[in-house]
Amino acid sequence: MATTAPDTGEGGTRRDFIFVAATSAAAVGAGLAVWPFVNSMNPSKDVLAEATLEVDLSPIEEGQRITVLWRKKPVFIDHRAPNKIAEAQNTALSDLKDPQADADRVQRPEWLVMVGICTHLGCIPQGQRVGERLGDFGGWFCPCHGSHYDTSGRIRKGPAPTNLEVPPYSFVNDTTIQLG
Amino acid sequence: MTKFTNVLSAAAVSLALATGLGGTAQAAGGGPQPPMHEWSFNGLFGTFDRSALQRGYRVYKEVCAACHGLKYIAFRNLVDIGFTEAEAKALAEEFEVAGDPDEFGDPTTRTAKLSDTFPDPFPNPQAARAANGGALPPDLTLMTKAREYGPDYLRGLLIGYTDAPADFELAPGMNYNAYFSGHQIAMAPPLSDDLVEYGDGTEATVEQMAEDVTTFLHWAANPELERRHQLGFQVMIFLILLTGLFWVVKQRVWRKLDH
Amino acid sequence: MAGGPARQYNNRLIRWVEYRLPIFSAVEATIGRDMPTPKNLNYWWSLGSVLFLALIIQIATGIFLAMHYVPNGAMAFDSVEQIMRNVNYGWLLRYVHSNSASLFFAAVYIHILRGMYYGSYKAPRELLWIIGVVILVLMMATAFMGYVLPWGQMSFWAATVITNLFSAIPWVGESLTTWLWGGFAVDSPTLQRFFSLHYLLPFVILGVSLMHVWALHVHGSSNPVGISARSKQDTIPYHPYYTSKYMSVIGIALIILAFLVFYEPNFLAHADQFKPADPLQTPPNIVPEWYFLPFYAILRSIPDKLGGVIMFGGSIAILFLVPWLDTSRVRSARFRPTYRYFFWIFVLNVILLGWVGAQPPEGAALVIGRLATAYYFAHFLIVLPFVGWFERPRPLPESISKPVLKSGTPAAEAAE
Repeated sequence: MATTAPDTGEGGTRRDFIFVAATSAAAVGAGLAVWPFVNSMNPSKDVLAEATLEVDLSPIEEGQRITVLWRKKPVFIDHRAPNKIAEAQNTALSDLKDPQADADRVQRPEWLVMVGICTHLGCIPQGQRVGERLGDFGGWFCPCHGSHYDTSGRIRKGPAPTNLEVPPYSFVNDTTIQLG
Repeated sequence: MTKFTNVLSAAAVSLALATGLGGTAQAAGGGPQPPMHEWSFNGLFGTFDRSALQRGYRVYKEVCAACHGLKYIAFRNLVDIGFTEAEAKALAEEFEVAGDPDEFGDPTTRTAKLSDTFPDPFPNPQAARAANGGALPPDLTLMTKAREYGPDYLRGLLIGYTDAPADFELAPGMNYNAYFSGHQIAMAPPLSDDLVEYGDGTEATVEQMAEDVTTFLHWAANPELERRHQLGFQVMIFLILLTGLFWVVKQRVWRKLDH
Repeated sequence: MAGGPARQYNNRLIRWVEYRLPIFSAVEATIGRDMPTPKNLNYWWSLGSVLFLALIIQIATGIFLAMHYVPNGAMAFDSVEQIMRNVNYGWLLRYVHSNSASLFFAAVYIHILRGMYYGSYKAPRELLWIIGVVILVLMMATAFMGYVLPWGQMSFWAATVITNLFSAIPWVGESLTTWLWGGFAVDSPTLQRFFSLHYLLPFVILGVSLMHVWALHVHGSSNPVGISARSKQDTIPYHPYYTSKYMSVIGIALIILAFLVFYEPNFLAHADQFKPADPLQTPPNIVPEWYFLPFYAILRSIPDKLGGVIMFGGSIAILFLVPWLDTSRVRSARFRPTYRYFFWIFVLNVILLGWVGAQPPEGAALVIGRLATAYYFAHFLIVLPFVGWFERPRPLPESISKPVLKSGTPAAEAAE
């Protein structure tokens, strides 16, 4: 409907203004009507409500690792023993593919919290359960393509480009964290 | 203009048809008409009275929740009736919901979180019937939409417990109600004066509690009502202006023809 | 498609596309400057645009609702509440979808009545009319299945009543009904297949509607006077005249829709639909949506089960025969003073049937319903043929442009 009406030469500009006003108002209306459709595909309110998760840390003994499901993703929580902490802290940054100090990855050194998804192509690395391979650096090992992560969850060997992601979290109290 | 008004009247007639037919479709098979009440949420600009909603929640929690579920409302929704997130969290913690199985695989319970919905008071319909003399207390979330006359019916029912007329045969265990279909309801009168203590000092008469809990339940059935009315106003204004513009365009375009 | 000289376009991009796929000239030939249309069309001719709008609205809202709806007996009702409460603008999508169905049927009934009044189905437009009745049947099937999807009490029991009709068919009825159900009663398998077909049929309607417009454009629109356009003087291009004229009607349709959606979204709904389906409890009065009420009344007016089914089907099937039942030599009721009265009696009769359909089938309502059903068929089988033969039509004007009698005197109130 973008063609112009037959020309009669009389009152041209006034008629054209109304025509343009009507067509653009209709177009604006149609555009505004699109938004509810698009927005309906955004995460719904019940999905957004699951965005935070509280985790009780008290049952996790030193040296023990647990996995929790947060936003449908696995989150590794490692109650690190002092030797693992020391290993992580004493690594030179120049040895790292994705240089990051251990202190920048933890809020309290004995608690390491990471999203357990390999940054290469999305597999879940091994190392959470007793008997699984920890890799060459005592942390985690991804069996899909051989990425090795250290005791701070940093990539040391293999195709993964970056360290395991640290999600947003906070300590509600000494024995509870809130993810997200 | 006459031909245009023809179409307008056709539209009006069909709406009237649908109205009349829709109206009569509802009228058949219900109880006596309850008294009509002036609600704050009625009308084009209707809104929910926040204090009524919160008082109504109190009534639901302390009187109705023992037997009636509210399964489609989540505790986080209570923020929309005027509670803060912290208050809603505290209200949630008054309820227990099913938790994850423990290390032996046995079921556990935990206090409710904001993201949980109101738990059913009974684990299944059979338990509900056993606890209520064979009657199944229905979930209340949609009650003002699931009954003819909606909120007026609900309020009428709550204030409609009277003595049965002399010639009425009341079955054992049943209660006479002026507005319930068939006049016999298994539920004993749930409200009595001062049954609930309102935090804002309002006197908790049966009429007050009936009005408040009905307002609350109408919100539970239509949580989007205020947004719907607000957006509706904007859309109607826009459409009326747009139709007016189209009308003017039509006049201008057709003026050229020698009619 | 209407022929004519190939249109030249100034814009290079448009020319590039047009040379490879003549989509622009096709649009112009359909609703644009190359569609010669009688210049006297009144507002009763606007419903086609409204119907197309309603179809688009239903398809768009339907597709987005289907992203969240779960077509399984255990989850359907909850998924609809999920849409209403948690999906962003879910309540809007749902209410627009349910109320646009009513808009769709209101428009199609007015559209059909226009055809019956102005004789639009007469030669050479018989097939156009028949395709239209096919669309009506598809719409009814789509709406019926759509109503089952929320899985409320009315959904379940309407599905039970209507699918049980098939068991009336001799010999194959029972097996056919079991096959339809996918079980021994209406249950989740029934719901699931209704969802699949409800998603499919609107696109079939879209295709058949395009055929409907194609058939229309072979001979062009009829008009209120019922005389074919004979010269260029009788016609004007569809665009901008009728595009501008019918946009206001679309505006009004949207206003009515918006009023329902935003202020009274459940006005045409049944309270029982907000109770989850319960196979052990039948609602006291099972009623379909308003647009099915007249046909429901016809169904229930026959005491015999198979007879009721035949009359129910017959009440729609008879529409296919209208071009041949009407024997009038004159198209438009404007010039048919006798038929005009019968037309309005027919309209009132259908409204009466609608009222009957909403009542419990007993007492006075049942008697009235039987009389009204008899009259419904009498209109098609007796009124149309006989009034056509015996009526003395008013003299027709010479042409659309000159509503003047052939004798030279101006026609008396040729306009309505």
